[in-house]
Amino acid sequence: MKMTISQKIIAYHSGKDYVEPGEFVFADVDLALANDITGPVAISEFKKAGGSEVFDRDKIALIPDHFTPCKDIKSAELCKALREFAREQRITHYYEVGRMGIEHALLPEMGLVLPGDLVIGADSHTCTYGALSAFSTGVGSTDLAFAMMTGKCWLRVPESMKFEYVGKPKPYVTGKDLILYTIGDIGVDGALYKSMEFAGEALKFLSMDERFTMTNMAVEAGAKNGIMEPDEKTLEYARKRGKREFKVLRSDEGAPYVDIRTYDVSKINPQVAKPHSPDNVADVYELTDVKIDQVVIGSCTNGRLEDMRMAAEVLKGRKVHPEVRLIVIPATQEVSLQMVKEGITEVFLEAGAVVSTPTCGPCLGGHMGILAKGERAVATTNRNFVGRMGHPESEVYLSNPAVAAASAVLGRIAHPEEVLRG
Amino acid sequence: MKFTGRAWVFGDNVDTDVIIPARYLNTVQPEELALHCMEDIDPEFAKKVKRGDIIVAGRNFGCGSSREHAPLAIKAAGVSCVIAKSFARIFYRNAINIGLSVLECEEAAENIKENDEVEIDLEKGIIKNLTSGREFAAKPYPDFIEEIIRAGGLLNYARRGGEGRV
Ligand code: SF4
Repeated sequence: MKMTISQKIIAYHSGKDYVEPGEFVFADVDLALANDITGPVAISEFKKAGGSEVFDRDKIALIPDHFTPCKDIKSAELCKALREFAREQRITHYYEVGRMGIEHALLPEMGLVLPGDLVIGADSHTCTYGALSAFSTGVGSTDLAFAMMTGKCWLRVPESMKFEYVGKPKPYVTGKDLILYTIGDIGVDGALYKSMEFAGEALKFLSMDERFTMTNMAVEAGAKNGIMEPDEKTLEYARKRGKREFKVLRSDEGAPYVDIRTYDVSKINPQVAKPHSPDNVADVYELTDVKIDQVVIGSCTNGRLEDMRMAAEVLKGRKVHPEVRLIVIPATQEVSLQMVKEGITEVFLEAGAVVSTPTCGPCLGGHMGILAKGERAVATTNRNFVGRMGHPESEVYLSNPAVAAASAVLGRIAHPEEVLRG
Repeated sequence: MKFTGRAWVFGDNVDTDVIIPARYLNTVQPEELALHCMEDIDPEFAKKVKRGDIIVAGRNFGCGSSREHAPLAIKAAGVSCVIAKSFARIFYRNAINIGLSVLECEEAAENIKENDEVEIDLEKGIIKNLTSGREFAAKPYPDFIEEIIRAGGLLNYARRGGEGRV
């Protein structure tokens, strides 16, 4: 029987030759992840259920990234619980402030996720690792407690949808724009319970960082996972970063898809998702009179090195608009360091931006740039729900890093060419 | 198990950021989370909801983050069951795992109005609108999920040696 790459990875990890969409399995996990919000709940469930020792201290990642460096006493207590558990269980992959990064940028960068892996995380954007041809999906804290005890996770094998991208993207059209366009097409529940498989020749124009952006937002269409078959770029990334063997799997010719959609990317302009839903997308050209108060460049969606380079290219030698606050948040310590080495940090600072240490911060309305009532932001993050970045009456527009940088310069939503021309 | 309660009706795509805003996630105490349940969509909800009440919603309920705090807040607020046209998948599995009842039923979601009295027979999957007298059948749970619910959540299921029997 023919299988998609997602089916194959699940089958492999549940000791079967074949799994059928709709079937329930218990799968072995290669890595189980939690953060400072979901980890403490998982730890207390683990203890309540009588857990004494984790199944494998090398296969659990505990990353304090959401409210860190701790914004208040309560979050400091959460981080303390995470840290104490990590020490008590001698968890290998616990990364402290100053060495950490936003989980979904950090784990691939450290080579902890590789092609063919099955990864679960108590964080919805765990689907990010599909860009590395891994099956990865978000779960809750109880699932994570269960995985920490047993090394397993229950899964319903998803049906797959295939998205084929053809043509060559225009300048400043990035992975972010392709995924926003796709979510705009199918809606925030367009892939509910399903696997989104991204394919097509246009993907070869995308860097690994842009591919991570695409799979990252699969959950914004309700998907269980987003995934891409491995190509040369994937394998090179995995070989360079990984320290163990990995499995190269691909979808069978004639594998079952419940839907196949093709997009000609040469026709797509930079996309912006308007408040208050990631599927509420428009061409950037339609929104150029929208004035803004703040710009955030960062997050597990667009806080990687390529994103920073893209934003810096637009900002170089320019100033942030006097009425705008630009907050730049590199996703990991490595990105931070590389930004310093390449002079990118200097570009941002000279432009009048704030450059923060890695954190989720404002992405979830945690800290480091919360919006007041009536304020409006452009952010390279992934969600613009009501109240996501602060006051329930604030607004968030989602864009790629070049559009965000251009908007910071002009004080309104803008196409990068408007700035680079001027 | 049977419950009766008053219906609170919400629309499509109710996300976890409105169920429990991230600004309150610096605690894991269910009672504290319950105080802010649904706050950004209905600031009065947490004050007015009564033990046993039922949430009725449209499509994709619980979309967004994986925070288990969302079903925990709803459960701790006293809500006995959430009925929706469809659920976001992580919310759904979290609810099952922690023992918050969730029923998928398009017809019921369309035909229950705010304040209607609703009776739910969880075993049979029957939803009765006592105000209008109409009865609806929820989509049955897959066997595997039914077993987790019977056990009283995932960890109880695991303790009873459930894992591996699939
Ligand atoms: S950056 Fe935002 S979306 Fe990503 S893990 Fe952090 S809070 Fe979640």
